[in-house]
Amino acid sequence: MISSWPILSVVTFLPLLGVLFLFLIKGDEASVARNAKSVALWVSGFTFFLSLNLYWGFDSSFSGYQFEEQANWIGTTGISYHLGVDGISMPFILLSTFLTPLAILASWQAITHRVRDYMIAFLVLETMMIGMFASLDMLMFYLFFEGVLIPMFLIIGVWGGAERVYAAFKFFLYTLLGSVVMLVCMLVMYQMTGTTDIPQLAAYDFAPALQFWLFLGFFASFAVKVPMWPVHTWLPDAHVQAPTAGSMILAGVLLKMGGYGFLRFSLPMFPDASAYFAPVIFVLSAIAVIYTSLVALAQSDMKKLIAYSSVAHMGFVTIGIFTLTEQGIDGAMFQMISHGLVSAALFFCVGVVYDRLHTREIDAYGGVVDAMPRYAVFFMFMMLASVGLPGTSGFVGEMLVLVGAWKAAPWVAVFAATGLVLGACYMLWLYRRVVFGKAEKSEVLEMPPLDSREIVIFVPLSLLVLWFGVYPSTLLDIMDASVSTLLSQLNSGSFLSASLR
Amino acid sequence: MFYHAIVFLPLLGAIIAGIASLSQQHNIAILASIAGVCLSLLLSCFAFVEIALGGQALTVEVARWIGSGDFQAHWTLRFDTLTAVMLIVVTGVSSCVHIYSVGYMSHDKARGRFMAYLSLFTFAMLMLVTADNLVQLFFGWEGVGVASYLLIGFWYHKESAHTAAMKAFVVNRVGDFGFALGIISIFALMGSVQFSDIFANAATYQSHVITVFGLSMPALELVSILLFIGAMGKSAQLGLHTWLPDAMEGPTPVSALIHAATMVTAGVFLVCRMSPVIEYAPLALDIITIVGALTAIFAATVGMTQFDIKRVIAYSTCSQLGYMFFAAGVSAYPAAMFHLTTHAFFKALLFLGAGSVIHALSDEQDLRNMGGIWRKVPVTYTMMWIGSLALAGFPFFAGFYSKDMILEAAYAAHSGPGILAFWLGCAAALLTAFYSWRLLILAFHGTPRASAEVMSHVHESPNVMTLPLVPLALGAIFSGWLGYEVFVGHDMAAFWGDAIFILPGHDALANAHHVPVWVKVLPIILAASGVILAVIAYIVMPSLPARIALLFAPIYQLFFNKWYFDELYDRIFVAPSVAFGQILWQRGDKGVIDYYGPDGLSGFVKRSSGMLTKLQSGYVYHYAFAMMIGVVVLLSWYFSGFGR
Repeated sequence: MISSWPILSVVTFLPLLGVLFLFLIKGDEASVARNAKSVALWVSGFTFFLSLNLYWGFDSSFSGYQFEEQANWIGTTGISYHLGVDGISMPFILLSTFLTPLAILASWQAITHRVRDYMIAFLVLETMMIGMFASLDMLMFYLFFEGVLIPMFLIIGVWGGAERVYAAFKFFLYTLLGSVVMLVCMLVMYQMTGTTDIPQLAAYDFAPALQFWLFLGFFASFAVKVPMWPVHTWLPDAHVQAPTAGSMILAGVLLKMGGYGFLRFSLPMFPDASAYFAPVIFVLSAIAVIYTSLVALAQSDMKKLIAYSSVAHMGFVTIGIFTLTEQGIDGAMFQMISHGLVSAALFFCVGVVYDRLHTREIDAYGGVVDAMPRYAVFFMFMMLASVGLPGTSGFVGEMLVLVGAWKAAPWVAVFAATGLVLGACYMLWLYRRVVFGKAEKSEVLEMPPLDSREIVIFVPLSLLVLWFGVYPSTLLDIMDASVSTLLSQLNSGSFLSASLR
Repeated sequence: MFYHAIVFLPLLGAIIAGIASLSQQHNIAILASIAGVCLSLLLSCFAFVEIALGGQALTVEVARWIGSGDFQAHWTLRFDTLTAVMLIVVTGVSSCVHIYSVGYMSHDKARGRFMAYLSLFTFAMLMLVTADNLVQLFFGWEGVGVASYLLIGFWYHKESAHTAAMKAFVVNRVGDFGFALGIISIFALMGSVQFSDIFANAATYQSHVITVFGLSMPALELVSILLFIGAMGKSAQLGLHTWLPDAMEGPTPVSALIHAATMVTAGVFLVCRMSPVIEYAPLALDIITIVGALTAIFAATVGMTQFDIKRVIAYSTCSQLGYMFFAAGVSAYPAAMFHLTTHAFFKALLFLGAGSVIHALSDEQDLRNMGGIWRKVPVTYTMMWIGSLALAGFPFFAGFYSKDMILEAAYAAHSGPGILAFWLGCAAALLTAFYSWRLLILAFHGTPRASAEVMSHVHESPNVMTLPLVPLALGAIFSGWLGYEVFVGHDMAAFWGDAIFILPGHDALANAHHVPVWVKVLPIILAASGVILAVIAYIVMPSLPARIALLFAPIYQLFFNKWYFDELYDRIFVAPSVAFGQILWQRGDKGVIDYYGPDGLSGFVKRSSGMLTKLQSGYVYHYAFAMMIGVVVLLSWYFSGFGR
């Protein structure tokens, strides 16, 4: 369906327009802060509202790109301004536009200094995220992909915790190394094909031997973003140091960049290499699931625990993608969206009590349910969604990934399924130590109950998690045609992978 | 709509009760939840007549659920005889427990929330038994697990309660690990999770093989064993039973409904439901028989040494579930379902009776602090007698028909595991009678051992708690006699229809009607002996138990400490996992990955460029920013140069 107005461009750059407004705000510090918050919330809210048009106007029977926009950018270089979405990228755009206003709302009281700069960083971040998912040009993709990191660096580095420098530096080192290698691969691809247009590149047959190297180059970047074991150690530090809203977006959207990259680049462009490397990825992912689950058990910091659980959950995603089966990829996509909602909510759960007691130590809590009964309900629900309870979105993704994994190789499914047990262990144990028990510390008893702002954040997240759990077709139908096309591309190249082996 | 209503009325009740309890509207919550479940019971009775007695199985589509390629699992309700039997059991016991709870929980500040959880549980259980595919069954399976978690931990202030709740969930997850793998392996094998497809095609997969970790196994054996692991978790079979006794931390109505009558029987239901597959897996059947038989005797040995009144009954439940499993293991699925039904009545009765005793004695649960109250609580006392008579299998009570049928079928199976199950089952029958009368005597007879203060408050429970016992007692007396012909007798084939599949040649049940007389009489003699032993040990010679415990101290300690399963698991799994996680974190993440990775690199950078002070000054993001801009500039230059 072709829209009469450039909806993708509008949605992508509307937050930047909001940044302009933010610069125009005048007055004393308090009023600037107040107005900046309102402007950011309105702009991001309106962006979400506009992005819903992508959902309403989406033709899920059509497997190609929709809402396409293409314009000349750098002369006759084969590099163009090209936007478009298919069933794989569209859900991520909605996830980004949905989470951003919630994240801004989550920072309402937690951020007290340099509020305007903070809001600017968030709106820039939103543009970068949407642009990354909407780009159909490799160069644009790269700019947005790396550009996302800048506001995130700032958010962690300026508004983060005490160890923010170390965390930001670690984040930076990992990311940079991966990106440089990917950039080299992109240049090679451009030199070979003379274009940076993603659909054209996807249709190009790269020689199997070249695919091998290109795959590794992209893998270096995407694996860090996912993050896969053993390049995951930046994540717990980044989360612990980031402000609550930063963690929500980091876990909610930024971790999906790697998975999205695999689906957009690695699989369609290097199908033979993808099949060739699948067993390696299975091993790394299976280690991730078990290793990080055990490490999560050992954590005494709530945020670190949830950060490690994210690595385990993303292990399911990488398994699903590289099963190269319909259920596996559907499951990985679903798991990414679901994890985006659930982990954002869980980090917010931590933020809510952090705002009250200013500690993330699990032992500092206990018996929170007495002071905050409604919080206990939301936390319980998200905790159950995180362990993949059927009827929540967490289940659908895990189940489909396991189905795909068994098809690809039963042992992968067996290792991945241990995540069901371990996940329940660390999440229930966390919940038990924080929420249950008798509140003996007076400061815990004196914590005020959830206010309406916090409920406004929890409710939409909970409703979506429930809805996707009960009626996942909302999402699966959108993805279906695009995933099928992706798979048919993979299968057409499968004879090559045999020769590569 | 009629069939939808059976399942969804309790959900509606739960939602209303949940919302009402948020604003402390306890009466609305109580009314809504009771109305939902009782209406569901009424409709279930009609459904039972139509489906089980009328022989009209049907499926009702509700909505789409998960569809991904050829993996299709949708919300569909399946009603056949197996479902209809479970509907009656679930809604029947649930209704009694709902009403009983009004009295039992009347002093609790959160009684509205309690009722909401009970109704939520009922809904999940109904989803489980009406599932038309394995994934939906898993939904109900996990749903009852969560409800059980919430209800065990209902008194969340108690450390022991939320520890037990978590333990129940996690141990069940171990079973679910097997169950989930079972589901996906069935799908990988047959290309469907739909029961109708699975049942129709199971026979054609007999020669298929699945290879995991280099080991090849007959596909149907592997699938059946994986599903049985799930059943072991939920039905607390030996090895995965450790959560059930601890689950007694929940309020007593919960123990009656979830941990005796319904949820824990879900594993038995699953095995019966999957009979068209399991019948082709002789190894799996033998494993089921042996595990069931071992559980029956194991739990009975522990049950006779415990002093917590609820734990005695919990181990009894565990033991009786073992009977049901070994019945299923010798292909006597109808006998398993028969015992499931009668057991639901008399075990719920025993639990609610025990709750009444606890209530009367001001929340005392230790048998050592009871005694001498039978005149003061005549109704409860009578009910406990009826329940115990039924449990021990005395003639013409419900357990007599169903338990004897199981033992006869095990004998008639003429297989090694069958005979093992028969003898272990007989031994367990003796112990069952012994611990039942031990409980009766210690709780009601002898000199009062409670404080005078407590004794002065002993009173019969209010009507709202005693009346629900009546239908359960009637069931405990008559359900065996009424159900015998249709469940396992002449009308069996017509009654079960296609709901249960038994391979021709697996004729343990048919032969069970023709076993030697001594096989039929032995269980009764053993039960009577058990009662006599209990009377001797606890009335005639009260010093005897202590002397025996001293004489056989090692064995007594083994039984009393539940065969040290908890200690063993703690040593083997729990403590090492946490320690291992600590090691991976400290040595793996920090010691290796970070040390050689980012920290090593940054140390190198620091040393080589002398940027130490600047790096620590907090402006690292400036570098990041500069680096990004650099990359962009580099790229632009490269591409524009390339274009020209």
